[in-house]
Amino acid sequence: MPPERHDIELRVNGTTYRRSVEARLLLSDFIRHDLLLAGMHVGCEHGVCGACTVLLDGIPVRSCLMFAVQSNAHDITTVEGLATPDGALHPVQQAMHEHHGLQCGYCTPGVLMTMTAYLQDNPSPSEDEVRDALSGNLCRCTGYQNIVDAMMAAAATMREDAP
Amino acid sequence: MKPASFKYIAASSLAHALAAKADHGEDAKFLAGGQSLLPAMNFRLARPAVLIDLNPLGDLAYIEDDGHDVRIGALTRYRDLESDAACLKHYPLFADALPVIAHPQIRNRGTIGGNLSHADPASEMPALAVAMQARFRIRSASGEREVAAAEFFQGLLTTDLRDDEMLVEIVFPAPPARSGSAFLEISRRRGDFAIAGVAAILKLDDNDICIAARLALCGVGETPVDGSDAASVLIGHAVTADAINAVVANVRAAIAPAGTVQTSADYQRHIAGILTERVLAAAHQRVRDAA
Repeated sequence: MPPERHDIELRVNGTTYRRSVEARLLLSDFIRHDLLLAGMHVGCEHGVCGACTVLLDGIPVRSCLMFAVQSNAHDITTVEGLATPDGALHPVQQAMHEHHGLQCGYCTPGVLMTMTAYLQDNPSPSEDEVRDALSGNLCRCTGYQNIVDAMMAAAATMREDAP
Repeated sequence: MKPASFKYIAASSLAHALAAKADHGEDAKFLAGGQSLLPAMNFRLARPAVLIDLNPLGDLAYIEDDGHDVRIGALTRYRDLESDAACLKHYPLFADALPVIAHPQIRNRGTIGGNLSHADPASEMPALAVAMQARFRIRSASGEREVAAAEFFQGLLTTDLRDDEMLVEIVFPAPPARSGSAFLEISRRRGDFAIAGVAAILKLDDNDICIAARLALCGVGETPVDGSDAASVLIGHAVTADAINAVVANVRAAIAPAGTVQTSADYQRHIAGILTERVLAAAHQRVRDAA
């Protein structure tokens, strides 16, 4: 008997998608394999590494710890949704670039999604608060210092840009 | 690392969810935040035949503090509790524990009811519930009952819930007058499971003599460990360093930690004692600060 499928409709980076999915399909695999948005990375698949972090209705969550079927009628943002359509980087992306906040880049999409949401909630964080906010995203290359530097710079830029 | 196939049921109401659970019994699991269940399914440590998704049931997510008790709906996410400033002020144990429960992304999704029903002994909320003598409201298609936190946790990942039942609400009694509480844990990395964690509640009389002491530990047994017997030596005495040291010795003698991947059982026992000393001192200080 073929597995039961469920029809879902969701918005990802502002685009509405309709798909039919197996219940056991993880949101992370759905985003990469069905929607072909491979910017988001899959690391540990048990909620530890943070590489697969996306925004669910604006809030950072692990996409490996949700089923695609649960995203029905929700709004998802992935790293592809951060830059403006003309290609201008989000201040958090620009700061990561300028402060050399990545080496291999595997953790970067998760870091970007976590921190864009965090800096909107807390526009003037201390360095300790930034480290705490980053605690759910593992990076094996940088030792985190350059990521923290980038986030402090990004926060300053976002404060200047705020109306 | 992909979950095995299962039948997915999106609950349309609490009654629908309970009827589905009654139909499928032990073959079915409720899906709340999924932050423990999905890792287990991804590893295929759990292969439920049926998942009943409770996330559509928004009316199971609420925090109602009437000044006497706070009633927390089972689907309330950690994030909601963490952002309820009045509740955190009223319940310092929540304020202490929530920031060290896993990571922000996990707290954005994980639910209080799901966490307690999962009954991981290393988890913070079960120990808090035991320390605070919370009451658990449980529903099934055929009725409702209430059970005390200490009776709810029966073993490793094992609760008092029957196959047709759901934890729907947790009632935390308000801290009594002239009481103070504190929670601390130690983990190797931020957000990891704790090597040990301890929650304490002290109540003093007008002469600063201890008249009630609650203690609960996580990470050092197959369930949250009620250490209140170990703390009972405080009752009738001032909370001095010597009195606290007596509790520390009792706690170390009473617990039987199994060791973790990272640490020996002896180290866990040592840490549990250190944390006991610190939370009792902190709880005591908080009573005095409030006076």
